[in-house]
Amino acid sequence: MTHFDVLIVGTGHAGATAAIQLRQLGHSGSIALLGEEPCLPYERPPLSKDYLGGTKSADDVLFRPSSFWSERAITLIPGERVETVDPEARAIRCASGSTYTYGDLIWTAGGRPRRFPGAHVIRSLADVDALRAHLPDAHRILVIGGGYIGLEAASVLTTLGKQVTLTEAADRLLTRCSAEPLSRFLEAEHRSRGVDIRLGTPEIDHDTFDLVIAGIGINPNAEPLLAAGAEGGDGVLIDDHCRTTLPHVWAAGDCALHRNPFGPDRPIRIESVQNASDMATTVARALTGQPQPYRAVPWFWSNQYDLRLQTAGLSHDHDEALVRGDPATGKFAVIYSRAGRVIALDCVNNVRDYVQGRALVERGAEIDAALLTDPDVPLKSLLES
Amino acid sequence: MPTVTVTTRDGRTKEITAQSGRSLMENLRAGGIEEILALCGGCCSCATCHVYVDEDWLSALPPVSDDEDDLLGTSGARQPNSRLSCQIKVSDALDGIAVTVAPED
Repeated sequence: MTHFDVLIVGTGHAGATAAIQLRQLGHSGSIALLGEEPCLPYERPPLSKDYLGGTKSADDVLFRPSSFWSERAITLIPGERVETVDPEARAIRCASGSTYTYGDLIWTAGGRPRRFPGAHVIRSLADVDALRAHLPDAHRILVIGGGYIGLEAASVLTTLGKQVTLTEAADRLLTRCSAEPLSRFLEAEHRSRGVDIRLGTPEIDHDTFDLVIAGIGINPNAEPLLAAGAEGGDGVLIDDHCRTTLPHVWAAGDCALHRNPFGPDRPIRIESVQNASDMATTVARALTGQPQPYRAVPWFWSNQYDLRLQTAGLSHDHDEALVRGDPATGKFAVIYSRAGRVIALDCVNNVRDYVQGRALVERGAEIDAALLTDPDVPLKSLLES
Repeated sequence: MPTVTVTTRDGRTKEITAQSGRSLMENLRAGGIEEILALCGGCCSCATCHVYVDEDWLSALPPVSDDEDDLLGTSGARQPNSRLSCQIKVSDALDGIAVTVAPED
């Protein structure tokens, strides 16, 4: 049985950032980063973008070179899956039979993709390696799911010259997080590049495709904590310092159910690099005696073809979605508000509105719709008014 | 291979042997500068790879794009020599360049 002062389970953005920040903030105890995958910690965002397209290699997506971790005395424990957590003994047991004890446990185990029979998924390097091995012989490709992963995959594969069909059960793309104007804009963009988009539970014969990819969301990896008595449901519940309801157990990233100061009045999960990284920093601060509650403006990005999408804030439960600028120009923003306050922006090829709008979200600014939708009025000037 | 001199937030200076053809941000991270978060991985979508470039080297760099300019505008620590290190490609011409990691926002 090996003991670590801080044991981090999960090697994605949240886990890697927690380890890096603990050292950065002066933690001098033993730290281990334990995960299921056999490789060094790597970044997931390129998996559905440059790595899928072949313009980034496996080395390019590593968080840090292997020497980085050893130089900072961060022990990497690959190839281990946690089966049970014993919060009283402060111990975990892995599927391999190995056990580890901890002073504090940081749970950053992320999620696992929902599966569709016979379909590839895009979540890990191994997933994308398996997919890419089939690409040379695949011409007709079916992508199931009109969320960010599905749209990014469709973009990369179309650019590679594949004939892509994308199905979405809802009647528009990106239903989970965006309003109709963005959905219709992206639908038109993908169609103009040759993607055959079928909306609303279309009947599709999967056998007519050489390859099928499902991008239909994830389920959070929280079961061992929930079985140990942690509160939660769709993820593990944490407070504003990222503490779970179990003593000495913290959580961050995709699996963490939390009340976000910029979100609706209920616990939610956020699947983004920003959330993973900032929550991990919150835990590292708490564990080094410099606590600061989690209060970061959520942001997110996606690249499709030459389109750069950037989102600030959370659009949950918005009661108004205003379009700023003309989507036909390829540069515009959708501004979301709730009870008169700006809560989020989706920006397309529009870094300026993204940057300036983020400040409006941060302040929860109440701004007149006519001003928000006038592209000649800089969002920055509204902040000052 | 070009050499980059980096000053971190604690005032310490480190020399890094950089790889030409990769961005300054990638080289800083590979060189163990953990203060460079570069959350978006280098696609000019955040401002977490912000550095100050030694004045003598500013003219050797490509101009700041509109997007980079806007993103730098999110930082309260912006200075006239601010750059996003993901937008600078390292080459032999930059051998000896000196940068300082900007404070965290």
